[in-house]
Amino acid sequence: MADDDDYAISLTDVYKVYPDGNGGLKTVLNDIDLRIRPHELTTLVGPSGSGKSTLFRLILGCEQPTRGEVLVGGLPMTAPNRDCGIVFQKYSLFPHLSVLDNVAFGLELQEFTLWSRWLRYLAQRRRRGELRERAHTFLARTGLGAEGEKYPYQLSGGMRQRVAIAQALAAGPKILLMDEPFGALDASTRQDMQLFLLEQWQATRMTVLFVTHDLDEAVFLGSRVLVLSQYYSTDEPTCEGAKIVKDCTVPGGHPKPTNFRFTPEYAELIAEIQREGLKPEYRRHLRDFDLTHRDAFRTISATEWKQSS
Amino acid sequence: MRFFRINAQPARATALVLSVLPFAVAVLAYAAAAYVRHAENPQDKMVPTLSQLADGMRRAAFEQDRDGEYRLLVDTVASTRRFLIGVACLFVAVLVGLHMGLLPYAEHLFLRFMLFFDKVPALALLPILFIAFGLDETSKIALIVIGVFPTIALDTYLRAKAVPSEQITKALTLGASDMEVAYRVVLPQIFPEVLDTIRLNFKAVVLFLIAGESLAATAGLGYRIFVVRRYLAMDIIIPYVIWLSLLAYAADLSVRAWIRWRYRWNVAQ
Repeated sequence: MADDDDYAISLTDVYKVYPDGNGGLKTVLNDIDLRIRPHELTTLVGPSGSGKSTLFRLILGCEQPTRGEVLVGGLPMTAPNRDCGIVFQKYSLFPHLSVLDNVAFGLELQEFTLWSRWLRYLAQRRRRGELRERAHTFLARTGLGAEGEKYPYQLSGGMRQRVAIAQALAAGPKILLMDEPFGALDASTRQDMQLFLLEQWQATRMTVLFVTHDLDEAVFLGSRVLVLSQYYSTDEPTCEGAKIVKDCTVPGGHPKPTNFRFTPEYAELIAEIQREGLKPEYRRHLRDFDLTHRDAFRTISATEWKQSS
Repeated sequence: MRFFRINAQPARATALVLSVLPFAVAVLAYAAAAYVRHAENPQDKMVPTLSQLADGMRRAAFEQDRDGEYRLLVDTVASTRRFLIGVACLFVAVLVGLHMGLLPYAEHLFLRFMLFFDKVPALALLPILFIAFGLDETSKIALIVIGVFPTIALDTYLRAKAVPSEQITKALTLGASDMEVAYRVVLPQIFPEVLDTIRLNFKAVVLFLIAGESLAATAGLGYRIFVVRRYLAMDIIIPYVIWLSLLAYAADLSVRAWIRWRYRWNVAQ
């Protein structure tokens, strides 16, 4: 097994427990073990309420795990920082900045402090011009080089998400987290954006963790699919909180040709995920989880799986 | 009755006529009342005729008084100065509100205090201010600031809180420090709305300005209105009130124009 430091993202025995509002506690994430190696495009799906967003916020550093350890690039995340780029579904751009300034924002932050930016505004004009030029190359890669002077409200939903991806990539993060970034787009724009993301991924080889509730998107985009679900069973009488119930390699190579969508493997994998993770009436036992990806691992307590029984 | 339809689309000229109409009606009604009263009693001081008002205005604006000063000019300069200093101080309230909205420690420190402070009737503090700061400018400006400061701070606080957390997280992942989040992400986003709040509070500013001037001043629009009240000089009071309202309206209009021009992205959203 490789060392922890070699993984882009590494979670060990992570639990997240929240107060449930009635004085009790509610476990949202139950013993999550996860390792993602660099340059992989991993997708994470799960039914609603499975804690996808919670897991996402833990990796981002917005929240700390109740127990366990979350490492990004070998270091614990205590607050959101430049190591993790992010693309949200909503509010993904700063409305008060032009498109180009949005992309240049991360670059400028690296270059100037708040005070140096104001105090030596004129002296730094040339340097700012250079940064904007660098931002422009990132923007040009998204095919929106001509829209730099527009404001986000003047762009369509798909264009906004393209700019958001360029903005995140321009800051040079170690990993890119995406929280249902195409969730609000119409079907055809969405497919365009998926191809766009694969293109960008091929160009940058960025480590991407892509959260979605759309199985189709998850299977098409990812080279590895994780299914997080609260619908499973163990040998304990009650089990609460989501676990990773499936962790597998998507067949058919990566990135996939668009006609992968019409192959039998594709249909089969989607059906499998639906059956194993998304159906509340079918709860697969812990021992039968499909954890076949080469980086998959987990720890199990003796009470969860009584080997003798 | 297509006039009362929601989807009615009056022509530009019609819209203009409609805007002017209530003003015209008010002036006509006043002129009629003045005419009737003057028909009964030519010496009537309560409702001067339009020409008497114009004459009063002309004397205030273009004739030197005993000290060789043009009263309207002196009063306008004095009041405008107080107004502008007062409004400038309100930008401190914006910064206080911004930090309250973003920093939990600042929130706990100031929120309850501001909410309480906001309920203190500023006019009741006026005697205290006069005792503490004397009768000169400081106490009048202090009244304006104390009266409007908490409102602006609390409004900014709410607006800063309402900025989606995604925006703040996003800025942090792009490498922003806390202060960069405050001054480069949150403040620029809420600033047009904050300006709007300040603009809507011009009325309160003017109110406190006149309250302060009416009690102790040597010049100022509010001061003059209260001084000439002793002589029942309606021909001065009414033009002064209109002039004061016009100035406040112009200030409001210019801020609105500034927001529309400078913050296109906000207006279009």
